[in-house]
Amino acid sequence: MNKHIKPASLEVSRRSFFKGASGLTFAFAMSGTLLGRVSEAFAADGAMLNAYVTIGHDNTITIQCPGSEMGQGVMTALPLIVAEELDADWSKVKVEFAPGNPKVYGGQHKMFPGAQLTLASVSVPAYWVPLRTAGAQARKVLLDNVAEHWKVPVAELTTDKSKVIHKKSKRSISYGDVAKFAKVPAELPKIAEADLKKRENYKLIGRKNIGRIDVPSKVNGTAKFGIDVQVPGMVYASLLHAPMDGVKVESSNIDDVKKIKGVTHVLALPFGVAVVADTVEASQAGRNALKVKWDTSGAKAAPFDSEKAKEEYARKAKDPNAEAMEAFKTGDADKALAGAAKTLEAAYWSEHTYHAQMEPMNAVARVENGQVDIWVGTQVQSLASAVVANVLKTTPDKVKIHLQLLGGGFGRRIWPDAPVQAAVLANIVKKPVKLMLTREDDIAAARPRPMTHHVMKAGLDGSNNLVSWHHRVVAENVDAVAAPPRFAATKGRDYIGWVGMSQDFYNIPNLKADAIREQRGMRVHAWRGIGAGYNKFVSESFLDEVAVAKGIDPVEYRLELTKNHPRAQAVIKAVAEMSNWKRKRKDRALGIAFSDYHDTLTAGVAEVSLNKETGKIKVHNYWIAIDGGLIIQPDNVNAQLESAIVYALSGALSEELTMKDGAIQQSNFNDYHVMRMSDMPQIHMKVIVTDNPPTGMGEVGIPTVAPAIGNAVATLTGKRLRHLPMSAERVKKALA
Amino acid sequence: MTVAFTINGKAASVDAAADTPLLWVVREHLKLTGTKFGCGSGLCGACTVHVDGKAVRSCQTGLKDVAGKKVTTIEGLSPDSSHPLQKAWIAEQVPQCGYCQSGQIMAAAELLAKTKKPSRAQIVEHMDGNICRCGTYPRIVRAIQRAAREA
Repeated sequence: MNKHIKPASLEVSRRSFFKGASGLTFAFAMSGTLLGRVSEAFAADGAMLNAYVTIGHDNTITIQCPGSEMGQGVMTALPLIVAEELDADWSKVKVEFAPGNPKVYGGQHKMFPGAQLTLASVSVPAYWVPLRTAGAQARKVLLDNVAEHWKVPVAELTTDKSKVIHKKSKRSISYGDVAKFAKVPAELPKIAEADLKKRENYKLIGRKNIGRIDVPSKVNGTAKFGIDVQVPGMVYASLLHAPMDGVKVESSNIDDVKKIKGVTHVLALPFGVAVVADTVEASQAGRNALKVKWDTSGAKAAPFDSEKAKEEYARKAKDPNAEAMEAFKTGDADKALAGAAKTLEAAYWSEHTYHAQMEPMNAVARVENGQVDIWVGTQVQSLASAVVANVLKTTPDKVKIHLQLLGGGFGRRIWPDAPVQAAVLANIVKKPVKLMLTREDDIAAARPRPMTHHVMKAGLDGSNNLVSWHHRVVAENVDAVAAPPRFAATKGRDYIGWVGMSQDFYNIPNLKADAIREQRGMRVHAWRGIGAGYNKFVSESFLDEVAVAKGIDPVEYRLELTKNHPRAQAVIKAVAEMSNWKRKRKDRALGIAFSDYHDTLTAGVAEVSLNKETGKIKVHNYWIAIDGGLIIQPDNVNAQLESAIVYALSGALSEELTMKDGAIQQSNFNDYHVMRMSDMPQIHMKVIVTDNPPTGMGEVGIPTVAPAIGNAVATLTGKRLRHLPMSAERVKKALA
Repeated sequence: MTVAFTINGKAASVDAAADTPLLWVVREHLKLTGTKFGCGSGLCGACTVHVDGKAVRSCQTGLKDVAGKKVTTIEGLSPDSSHPLQKAWIAEQVPQCGYCQSGQIMAAAELLAKTKKPSRAQIVEHMDGNICRCGTYPRIVRAIQRAAREA
């Protein structure tokens, strides 16, 4: 048995730090009430931690980060919130990933109370209260200890940069020195909202010059991702991934592949054919030599053809007897439509899209003596341990996730398929296994954003007022596949798929949004921006169709519709001003879109031109304004907006997976086109900082991009693009 | 076969099949994991390293092709992250997930070695083979311009 493993620098630093046993650890329950403090003994024995703050005698402050780092900056933003309330010297702060333990490290987001997960742009809002509380509590304990030690009233003490200061006697003491004598009370002090720092006293939050903690390690090759993990005695596995769920091997050359030098196992499994070998090159050679004919008779997806299915989607959308589930409702849209003086109707589409995270799916697993160890970059540690435990018929406490950096998440690393596959293989071959999917298999294993069809209806009254709005979507229900417990609890709603249909910020008297569920056996999942990615493309494009029918300027119209929401109006006005909305451009046009996303508000304007010969859209400039309340890390918010805009542009203009006989047709970046540097527009951002609590930033840049482009093209050409992606081929067809 | 070459200034000797991609030699045999696997087909640039000063896709370069040559990976670009590009990458806070950034920096290093003050168009042309899915392209451009300015 391999007792001494050094999987990653973070893990090593945690172990060695606590082996020194020189520190003071504060533990906090994160469900809002204090559960009590963990015995200091755990620091000595190196057992699993359930604390946020540890202060070393050397003045090092170690903060546990409860979220996964996938480039969005969470391992800086969350510890920064703790450090602010603690009045910590930021240069002495070290960050470690907290273990997956929602009871201790769960957040407080209204959508996921008590959960520890990194998705849906919820990290900062989920931990905003818990982490400030944790920092303030730790500071209070230090103050109380110093007050007793120096025999001075606690009210006379202040803190600054990891020091407790007594001005009167001109004394100060470092937190590290306090940790040497401090006692943590059995019941930690209660912290009320009023005890927390006032915004004007912030020293760290909102500062532009605090860099991300992980950046230096990402310029010299030392950052460790899941794919970089090596453990003693491990073997390599590759996988010819099953093209869809439910297939079996009908015939294959498995016996020939077994003869390849270095190959030890070729295993036909429910998720594909795995090749295990002593070396990485042998496992890859084995995978490349595999020839498999799949028996798809048991696969639900087998008859699915994404092109042919469109006819059925379209027919169902129009079928008055089709079973449509009500998603959102205000007033009576049907009645209002029936009584409207003028009606508009349009059909829209979006295609499946693939996450294309740069690090293909991978995991290292070891199953030994009833203990399962998994090294992986995952967005939800507790989901990975639960699913692995279920598959290996053990309990989650026997599955330890060693969280690594994620080479891109975007929703793809929510579902723990790679950890499960690696664990199954390690259990079979009785050795630690490093499983790496090729890009081709990563695409075959895609959990895409679904293909969607939409029928939009609007009714205007005799005075040209919008009196009825009906948004119908036909698609796979994403929650049913990606979040079955929520799907069951809501009796079949699709949270993921329906985001962006409710129009909460528009004053529309009669609104109906409903959904017709397709069940094609596709592994659909959350893709950055989830439903808002396509629903806002559709609704914001159709809103411009209504504006054209009304003869009103699209910016003016959105300001009118948001008249009850000054924060929404502010982002629309800001982006109109930034883009100089009224100025006419030669051979170019502007388009606007507005969106909310999980409490963050945004408006975007695209400036486009079009090559009528090729059909290629060129986006020259993109302006975006957002209101996400208080901003923790301004530069990182800018980075997230740039990132989401690029991701959405790529999705809007070129990304498309197609399915034939249930299998994805694309195989690599040669036929799945993602955006490159030469396609970049100039991006102009305005972040409106308000006193509201901070909201999510990782996805809000997504929803406005596609509709703003489509609206700009409509202004430029008079032709409405109603199908994502707005590829050159489709644009040419629309212009013809 | 056993192939001898120089990696980051040190002598190396690796015993593997002649056509083993340099990518796997570097990552799994020599445990220099800064070089990343992205597509395996020379389409994304995540695996970019230098062979005798020229940027190559290590997934498309066989072990036999580097016999007697000098290979430089991100770990060998500078001993202490002091290459002007590495400093500029930090100053401009370029990386997000960071997975593609070793390849981006190695590609950019080749550009600056050839062209001291590249224009924006030259930067875009040179870097267009490197995909960044986090969309750090605007910052990569700024960082290369900064490195050219401050080198």
